[in-house]
Amino acid sequence: MIRVSGLKKTFDGLTVLDGIDFSIEKGDVVAVIGASGSGKTTFLRCLNFLEKADSGLLEFDGRTYDLSAMKKKEIRELRMKTGFVFQGFHLFENKTALDNVTAGLVYARKVPKKTALARAMTALETVGLSDRAGHYPHQLSGGQQQRVAIARAMVTEPELIYFDEPTSALDPELTGEVLNVMRSLAENRMTMIVVTHEMSFARNVANRIVFMDGGKIVEEGEPEAFFRQPSTERARAFIAGAMERERNSEEQEA
Amino acid sequence: MGNDVFQLVLDSFPKIILPGLTLTLPLTAVSFLFALIIAVACAMIQFANIKVLKQIVRGYIWIMRGTPLLIQLYVVFFGLPSVGIIIDPIPSAILVFSLNEGAYCAETIRGAMESVPKGQIEAGYCTGMSYMQIMFHVVLPQAFKTAFPALSNSLIGMVKDMSLTANIAVSEMFFRTQRIISQHYHALAFYLELALIYLLFCTVLTFLQRFVEKKLDVSRRKPKAVELPPEGGMP
Ligand SMILES: Nc1ncnc2c1ncn2[C@@H]1O[C@H](COP(=O)(O)OP(=O)(O)OP(=O)(O)O)[C@@H](O)[C@H]1O
Ligand SMILES: [Mg+2]
Repeated sequence: MIRVSGLKKTFDGLTVLDGIDFSIEKGDVVAVIGASGSGKTTFLRCLNFLEKADSGLLEFDGRTYDLSAMKKKEIRELRMKTGFVFQGFHLFENKTALDNVTAGLVYARKVPKKTALARAMTALETVGLSDRAGHYPHQLSGGQQQRVAIARAMVTEPELIYFDEPTSALDPELTGEVLNVMRSLAENRMTMIVVTHEMSFARNVANRIVFMDGGKIVEEGEPEAFFRQPSTERARAFIAGAMERERNSEEQEA
Repeated sequence: MGNDVFQLVLDSFPKIILPGLTLTLPLTAVSFLFALIIAVACAMIQFANIKVLKQIVRGYIWIMRGTPLLIQLYVVFFGLPSVGIIIDPIPSAILVFSLNEGAYCAETIRGAMESVPKGQIEAGYCTGMSYMQIMFHVVLPQAFKTAFPALSNSLIGMVKDMSLTANIAVSEMFFRTQRIISQHYHALAFYLELALIYLLFCTVLTFLQRFVEKKLDVSRRKPKAVELPPEGGMP
């Protein structure tokens, strides 16, 4: 469905993405993992044009775009087909949960208010928050805010949703509710690219793992194979470290 | 003295407060409205970083904030006629006050816009909204709330500054008071009376400000009751 090739990005001379080649098929859930600073967030942001890539091609639905020379209109067209869930939720603070969810429909897509409301309520139901529709973001817990953000991303029926560490800003006891929502999205064959530090989620929900290091995709593969027998030393070290951390935090909870 | 002065002050009360209600307040309201429109436009130009326009806006703000309001009034009312541009007192007042206050409010609103978390703008883009839609539905409503106390200050300041228009023959409260004094003397009593009327106006506005501030404060809001569209409304 989308294919990226030769994606490069530098920040003031610092190379952050160093030639990324990547593709995803409809219905796939790809987990992007890697050490802090390896360029995962920048990768997602370049795909949705929140950062401008230095070079690279993007093939989306059979059309090819030059990532370094996107027109405003093309950017808007592609964003209409995707959703984005941020680490920090970024709900519109002046709007209720329901109005957060309808915004993309009513303003961006000119969907009639009535239809938009009905669709937004369905989306809020999907994330288990129909009883919080009238609440403002500050009246919701972090986990609830992130579920509203997911409803906002999915209500427009995108072809693809990007997630950038959707649970990293949450207290441990709130990550479960968000991961469950994502799991059910995956079960409904939503195409997703998920940057995550949740190894068990990557292992159990994703059908492909992409491991990034130093601005490159160093290794990718099926979750089981990847976690059992990573072929690169970098991936091996990363997984060992991540497992260690998960064990430690489990022990702390127990 | 005593009783006479008191009677004079009492008699003059309607004569002074009436132009307050018919001139000072309406002039303030109209000028402030224009000022807000100018300010939002200027703030948006600066916020969006539009190259040439941004420089123009900066120059405008620099001049308006760097020169005295009274001199601006004089330039327009007494100065422009010498190049053939003659503007009546009231339009002159509205013009100068709108432009002057617009410059101050532009900075207030721009600062408030900068304080809206950038992530919300990015989230807006990701839902497919255009830049303008994000401005009007996300950034400006929040900026307005943040800027409201400072804007209220400006408004209250403008009510008082309107007294400067006495200098360009707008027969508002200060102008009338001076007239009354030239007939009856007792400058102290009449000026105190005038001051008291200003205080009254500003007190009312301060109460209004508090009231609206409470309304605007999202963190005090109760969760909204959600009304669902009736079933079967779906196409
Ligand atoms: N706007 C920016 N300006 C300058 N440098 C940046 C910017 N954004 C990211 N970087 C740099 O790019 C590198 C990759 O950052 P990025 O946020 O993509 O990493 P990440 O893999 O998402 O890390 P984490 O797991 O901590 O979220 C880092 O070295 C970071 O300092
Ligand atoms: Mg990141």
